[in-house]
Amino acid sequence: MAHGPSESFFSRWLFSTNHKDIGTLYLWFSFAMFLLGGAFAMVIRAELFQPGMQLIEPEFFNQMTTMHGLVMVFGAIMPAFVGLANWMIPMMIGAPDMALPRMNNLSFWILPFAFAILVATLFMEGGGPNFGWTFYAPLSTTYAPDTVNYFIFGVHIMGASSIMGSINIIATVINMRAPGMTYMKMPLFVWTWVITAFLLVAVMPVLAGAVTMMLMDINFGTSFFDAAGGGDPVLFQHVFWFFGHPEVYIIILPAFGVVSQIIPTFSRKPLFGYSSMVYATASIAFLSFIVWAHHMFTVGMPIAGELYFMYATMLIAVPTGVKVFNWVTTMYKGALTFETPMLFSIAFVILFTFGGFTGMMLSIAAADTQYHDTYFVVAHFHYVMVAGAVFSGTAAVYYWLPKWCGRMYDETMGKVQFWIAFIAFNITFMPQHFLGLAGMPRRYADYGLQFADWNMVSSVGAFMYGGAQLLFLFNVIRTIGWGKPIDDPKVWEGAEGLEWTLPTPAPFHTFSTPPVLK
Amino acid sequence: MSTEGSYYVPEQSKLPLAAALGMGVMAFGAGSWVIEGGTSTVFLIGAVIMAMVMYKWWSIVIEENTQGIVSDQLKHSYVLGMYWFIFSELMFFVCFFGSLFYVRVLVGPWIGGEAAIGLFDDTATDAAIANATHLWNGYDATWPPLVTPDQAVNGDVAKFIGPQESMSFPGWSQILGWLPLWNTIVLISSSGTVHIAHHALKEGNRKKFNRWLGFTVLLGIIFLFLQAEEYIHAYQELGLTLESGIYGTTFFLLTGFHGAHVTLGTIMLLIAFLRGLKGHFNEADHFGFEAAAWYWHFVDVIWIGLFIIVYVLG
Repeated sequence: MAHGPSESFFSRWLFSTNHKDIGTLYLWFSFAMFLLGGAFAMVIRAELFQPGMQLIEPEFFNQMTTMHGLVMVFGAIMPAFVGLANWMIPMMIGAPDMALPRMNNLSFWILPFAFAILVATLFMEGGGPNFGWTFYAPLSTTYAPDTVNYFIFGVHIMGASSIMGSINIIATVINMRAPGMTYMKMPLFVWTWVITAFLLVAVMPVLAGAVTMMLMDINFGTSFFDAAGGGDPVLFQHVFWFFGHPEVYIIILPAFGVVSQIIPTFSRKPLFGYSSMVYATASIAFLSFIVWAHHMFTVGMPIAGELYFMYATMLIAVPTGVKVFNWVTTMYKGALTFETPMLFSIAFVILFTFGGFTGMMLSIAAADTQYHDTYFVVAHFHYVMVAGAVFSGTAAVYYWLPKWCGRMYDETMGKVQFWIAFIAFNITFMPQHFLGLAGMPRRYADYGLQFADWNMVSSVGAFMYGGAQLLFLFNVIRTIGWGKPIDDPKVWEGAEGLEWTLPTPAPFHTFSTPPVLK
Repeated sequence: MSTEGSYYVPEQSKLPLAAALGMGVMAFGAGSWVIEGGTSTVFLIGAVIMAMVMYKWWSIVIEENTQGIVSDQLKHSYVLGMYWFIFSELMFFVCFFGSLFYVRVLVGPWIGGEAAIGLFDDTATDAAIANATHLWNGYDATWPPLVTPDQAVNGDVAKFIGPQESMSFPGWSQILGWLPLWNTIVLISSSGTVHIAHHALKEGNRKKFNRWLGFTVLLGIIFLFLQAEEYIHAYQELGLTLESGIYGTTFFLLTGFHGAHVTLGTIMLLIAFLRGLKGHFNEADHFGFEAAAWYWHFVDVIWIGLFIIVYVLG
């Protein structure tokens, strides 16, 4: 256990078995992918700034919408939370490291290869994936470019990475807790992550199955998604969303965990309703397996199916509501201060709840006939993905960065970034609700003149939001290099938990000897 | 839960990066291989890298164990890793079984213009009626489907031609010549033999362990041989191929992925067998073998599901 970080830069970062270094790799990789996916979004918004085609070809526009979704979901958000899990779970449960440190590094290093393959397809003959991030058959089979095969195998190894990473997290949480760290004493971030890991192990193989069926249909003459042979293109959607709905909770549950750590700290009160939070998280995870077809209300389902999936979906509002009320009640009568992580967390609660309400609108099968595949859906899931997952990820970095590197970030710059991001986010996505309700379809490179004004507003907001991310990057680099040194183990006055008993900056090895909890 | 002072955190290792490289090269190679005019070269290079890494990696893990630096707590991490790996494999099969259920119970009747499940709704939907009258006129939904919807409409020029015969239960009179039954007997016996081997090892009877484990590997190979025989029969005599519509599609993908997992399980048991001959494992410490045995029971359980759903109720 005596070994410290390797002297050589390359061997330290390439051959690591240290949960903190691997967490750092995950976080930087995810931020690089966030900028790449963001660049794709900027191309999309630049083209949609005005009606008509000005900058790019429609074929390339399709590749941009597809790659934006894939890179953001699989390359930016998921690895960001895995990076946070790597850093924080061993510190929070009193473990020396992750349970399987070498496999941990393998899980990470698969990702750069997977995304290199995926991005390389953009430069190949036929172009990259152009069928939307949901890659519905037959667009992704019969009508796909040849490069879809690279996409398929890229998804396979990415899935292997996720499964190994999740198994590692589950093994760590079950096996590595310090004496006295019972399940119901675990910080909520650990709870949400272990449930997320369970979801990943359960549904990533289903995604692998879906892309395997595509591969067989494209190259080996099977007819999973071809009615001529007795299959059904809608089968693809069922399989995809059986993966895809738990997938969106895989993205949001760790975000819930982060916010549940931050709000008590800056309210200087323990989290309200801890056990109800745990049960609500588990209920959401369970429900995520039985609601998938609410993404498919317009494909032609028997009325019994429509009704079942509609009511089951509405049930999710109950545990989610429990969470929102708990966060609000935690703040109630607390001694609140509004540092940057807290600002992002409060914005999370407000905007995520807003996104939840539009989700309730979409869950009404009859009304969804109007909203389906319009910008209303785009607005809805960006409220939960960006104001949900990305805001909480940003909050997490501001919250834990001083602990990680022993230096304080610039609070003013953080607050400026927050307000630009908050305002720009709403300028970007609020108008997309109106566009969608007025009937503008998603994933189109051009639109009718009646949609011109709100599209222009949305594009302006998107560029502002992109700029705020550069400020974030600058603030993080400045903190790591030149931030004001701090050595208070607690960093934040109201912070509670094992991770804050470690020295600041956190030592290379976490708990070589497990701490004892009362 | 952690009870001891130190948990073994391994030194830095080049293997994870090499494994990721191997997987990346394999993925890229597989992508270029399946495209028309592609070759397998890059894929095979990746596979060789992967094989070398896996050999080296497991050698190190075994080495660490013989040196005694692996605590009970770390062993439990490996146990948990195997549990959840098997669970993920189970979910992979759930995906294909679910797809079979969907196409068989719902899609077939819909294409044929009937209501799918009478329980909720016994009138055909408009879509199903439109399917039957406009798209697939004359298609009669049965399972196993020997005539594809394509064939019902286009006759012999159809892209998907159904098989002459299915793999279903041929009736009691021909049961002794029914290959899947023999396959089932072979595979269930192999679960029994591996269990006997496990008990022999726990009792410290190494000779018995080697014998029964060797016997299990042999049964695994016999199963794979019979499975290959069945596929040849299907392709050459029954006209049952990957291209013969949804029946061939689901049949070959389900049995094929099961066969691939049996192959993997056989290799795992073979390695455990060879290690046993070299004197590895003892009464208390034999997780390398135990993990392979669990995996073997898992593929056995999947086969029972396949046998009932794909063959008996086929």
